[in-house]
Amino acid sequence: MTQEIKQEYRVLGTRPIRHDGADKVTGKAIYTADVKPQSMASGFILRNPHAHARIKSIDTSAAEAMEGVLSVMTAADLPDVTDKVADLGEGTVNLSYLSHNILARDKALYRGHAVAAVAAINVHIAEEAANAIKVEYEPLESVTWVMDAMKDDAPLLHDDVFTKSGGEQSEQPSNVSVHLNFQQGDVQKGFEEADVVVEREFKMATVHQGYIEPHAVLADWNQDGRIKVWASTQGAFTCRQQTAEVLQVPLSHVTVVPCEIGGGFGGKIAIYLEPVAAVLSRKAGRPVQIVMRRNDVFEATGPTPGAFIRVKLGATKDGKLTAGEAWLAYESGAYPGGMLGPGCMCVFSCYDIPNALVDGYEVCLNKPHIKAYRAPGATQAAFACESVIDELANELGISILELQQKNAAKEGTRRVDGPVYPRVGFVECLEAAASSDHWNTPLEGENRGRGLASGFWFGCGLKSSVVASVNSDGTVNLTEGSTDIGGTRTSIAMQMAEVLGLESDDINPRVVDTDNIGYTDVTGGSRTTFATGMAAYEAGRDLQRQMTVRAADLWECKPEDIQITAGVFSANGNQANFKELATELFKAGEPLVGRATVAPECSTNGFGTHIVDVEVDTDTGKVTILRYTVIQDAGKAVHPSYVEGQLQGGAVQGIGWALNEEYFFDGCGEMRNASFLDYRMPTAYDLPMIDTIIVEAANPDHPYGVRGVGETPIVPPPAAIANAIHSAIGVRMEELPMSPPRLWKAIQQNQNGG
Amino acid sequence: MTLVFIPTQLRQLTNGVEQLELDVRNVRQVIEQLETRFPGIKERLCEGDELSPSIQVCVGQTLSSRGMITKVAADSEVHFLPAIGGG
Repeated sequence: MTQEIKQEYRVLGTRPIRHDGADKVTGKAIYTADVKPQSMASGFILRNPHAHARIKSIDTSAAEAMEGVLSVMTAADLPDVTDKVADLGEGTVNLSYLSHNILARDKALYRGHAVAAVAAINVHIAEEAANAIKVEYEPLESVTWVMDAMKDDAPLLHDDVFTKSGGEQSEQPSNVSVHLNFQQGDVQKGFEEADVVVEREFKMATVHQGYIEPHAVLADWNQDGRIKVWASTQGAFTCRQQTAEVLQVPLSHVTVVPCEIGGGFGGKIAIYLEPVAAVLSRKAGRPVQIVMRRNDVFEATGPTPGAFIRVKLGATKDGKLTAGEAWLAYESGAYPGGMLGPGCMCVFSCYDIPNALVDGYEVCLNKPHIKAYRAPGATQAAFACESVIDELANELGISILELQQKNAAKEGTRRVDGPVYPRVGFVECLEAAASSDHWNTPLEGENRGRGLASGFWFGCGLKSSVVASVNSDGTVNLTEGSTDIGGTRTSIAMQMAEVLGLESDDINPRVVDTDNIGYTDVTGGSRTTFATGMAAYEAGRDLQRQMTVRAADLWECKPEDIQITAGVFSANGNQANFKELATELFKAGEPLVGRATVAPECSTNGFGTHIVDVEVDTDTGKVTILRYTVIQDAGKAVHPSYVEGQLQGGAVQGIGWALNEEYFFDGCGEMRNASFLDYRMPTAYDLPMIDTIIVEAANPDHPYGVRGVGETPIVPPPAAIANAIHSAIGVRMEELPMSPPRLWKAIQQNQNGG
Repeated sequence: MTLVFIPTQLRQLTNGVEQLELDVRNVRQVIEQLETRFPGIKERLCEGDELSPSIQVCVGQTLSSRGMITKVAADSEVHFLPAIGGG
C-alpha cells in the first residue's frame, strides 16, 4: 500500500462545507418518516405490558373487523427461523432471537416486547385497532439487575440457553449465557510484587443511545414478491440481510434505501420494524410505514448494558503496574448476545500490565435486548479501571497522568487478550494532555476538582465499495453505500479529491440503495472514514491507472513513462491535471468509471484522554461541568471539524451517562422514565464548550494514516468525572449515574464516616 | 514457525500449555495440528468445519474475516478472540 503519511496534504486537514449541509439546515433532507407514497398505510405495534409473561393466546378478530384496518399480524405470520447465526460484518446475530425479538411468540421477555401489529388508513385507527387485540398473558416473575439474574434461584428467561464457556456448554439452562476468561503472566506473583493494591466494586445503570430520530420504516411488498424498504439504518446491507433472513426471502428480492439518519450510535444496526412493515404491506397490498414513539424506543430497542465490575490493581512504589484483576458481569437483556467481549478486552487495554486476569459473564434478564452503543462495553470497563487507577495514583502520591504515562500501552504492548499493538498514539495523547492549557491552569474554588481518564476502542475495517464516474468536465460523481451519520460523505469525498488533485466540491458524493452499489458494511465501529475513505482512495487510483493508459495513446508514450505528482499527469513534455485530462479523454473514447472494493482487516486502535473540571453542590449533589478537554489520536484528521464534532459528541454522551442517564425500573420491572422529559440527557444549557486537541499519530494501515474516531470519546467521561468529584470533595463514586440524589447520599455517608 | 496462543479457557485441554510453535500455512492447519496434539480442542473452536461465529481469529495484528482459509505467515502470532461489534 502506498504510504503518504509524511507528505503535506492539499485537501486533507481543511474544513470544506459538507455536501449535505444545505439540505440538512433547510429541512430538505429526506428522513424515513418524510417518505409518504400514495396509498401508504400506517402501522402500529401492540406491546406487552409485563416485565415477563407467558403469552397464552392472541385474538385479533376485533381489530380485523374495525373499519379502516387493512391488515393485522402476529408472530404466526413470520416464518420459523432456526438458530442460524448470521454474520453482519460487525458482529453476528442469532436469527431466531432476532425474529422472536421482533414479535414475541410464546413468551414476552420485557415490557414493550412487540406482540402484534396493525396497518390501517391512518395511525390513529391502527393504534385503536391494536389496542382491541386481546392478548391473554400469564405474568411471570421478573429480574432486572444483573447480579440478581445470576443467582441460582433467579427467574429463568430461556430454558434453552446454557452457559457457554470456552466452547463448552453447561448442563443446566441458565441466564448466564457466556463466560469469558483471559489471563497472562502470574497474577498472584504480580500482586505480591506490588507495594500498593487497590480493589473496588462498581455498578452501572442501563442507558440508551438517545438518538433524536426514532426508529422508522416504510416497506412495500410488491405483487412480484420484491420488497422495497426505506429505513433509518446504520447499514443498508445488514438491514437487507436481516430482513431477508427473518422473512426467508432471497437477498435479491429486498432493496433497502438508506434515508438520512438522525443518529444511531450503534442502536440502528439491528432491525425491529422492517419485517413487520413488510408483512403488513403484503397483507394490505399497500406500502406500510411504522414510526416508533419515544417510549417505544426506550422500552423496546437496544440500550447499552448495565453492569457490575470489580477491579483490582497493584503497583510498585515507583508507579509501575505489576498486576490487574477484573471481574465483569454485563447484561445482555432479553436474549444472549451482548457486549461482554469488548468489555473484557478493553478493561486493561490502556496499560502495559505484565500479569492480568479478566473474568466475565454475560447475563439475560428482563430488559430489551442489548445493542451496541459507541465503543460498546468499553465505557463501563473504563469507569471501573480508571477510577482504580486514580485511587492508585492518590495512594502513590503522584498524579494520575504520571501514573498513566509510566504504564501507557504503546507499540509492542501485549493486551491481556493476547494481540500486540502496532503503532498507536496513546503516549502522544498523554503528552498532549500534560502540555495542555487545561492541565496547566490551576483550578481554584471550594468544592471544585479536576479529573482525568483515558480510554480505548478498537475501530474496525470491514467491507466497503465505491464507484467513481467522471463527468465530461472532470468533476466526479462518487457513489457509496455508507450511511452518512457524522459527515462521512465529505470525509470520503475529500480522500478522493486528495488523490485526484481535485477540490472537495469537485466530488459529488451520493449514498445509494442496496441495488446500486457493492456490498458495504455498517456505518459503525469507527470504520467509515477509514474504510470507505480507503475505498474512495483506491477508486481514485483506479481512475488514474485507466487514465494513464489512455494518456499514453494521447501523448505517444508508454504508460509507465507517465508520472503522477499531486494529481498532475506528465510525460514527454506534456502535462495535464485531472480535469484537463479527463475532459480531453471524454472527447474520444469510453467514459471513465473507477471502482474499488476493500476489506481492511485491522483495528485502527483509537486512544483518548479527557480532562474535566467540576464543581459539586454539596447541598444537592448536583455536579456542574466547568471545563472539559478531549484529547484523541485521529491518525490523520481528514476534516478536523468533523473529528472535533465526534470528540465533542462522544464526550457529551459520556457526560450524560456519568451524571444522569439511567433506565429507572420500578418493583414490577416497568421503566418509569421512558421519555426525554424524565430520561435526563445533557443539553447545551448544562455544558461548557468542549475543547478538543487532535493528536495525529499516523495509522500504518491507511494510505493517509486515518484512524476511526467516533467511539473512543465516549469511553473516558464517567471515570474522568468520578475522579474530578473525588478531587473536589473526597467522595469516591462507585455507581453510575452519579446523579444528584445518589451523590448527595454518598456525601452524607462520607460525612457520617460510613 | 508460527506462534499460536491457546485461549485461557482451553488450556485445560493443553495441560496448561499457553502457546506453541507450529509449522502451518493457514488457520485450518493451525486447528488441525492443535486437534492432533490436544484432542477435543477443535470442537471448542469450531462449529462443523468453520470457526465458531463467536470467535474471530487474529493473525499478527490482522483481524481476519476469512476464517479457516486465513493465511498464516511463518513469523506471525495467531490468537482466537471473542467476536466484537462496535457502535
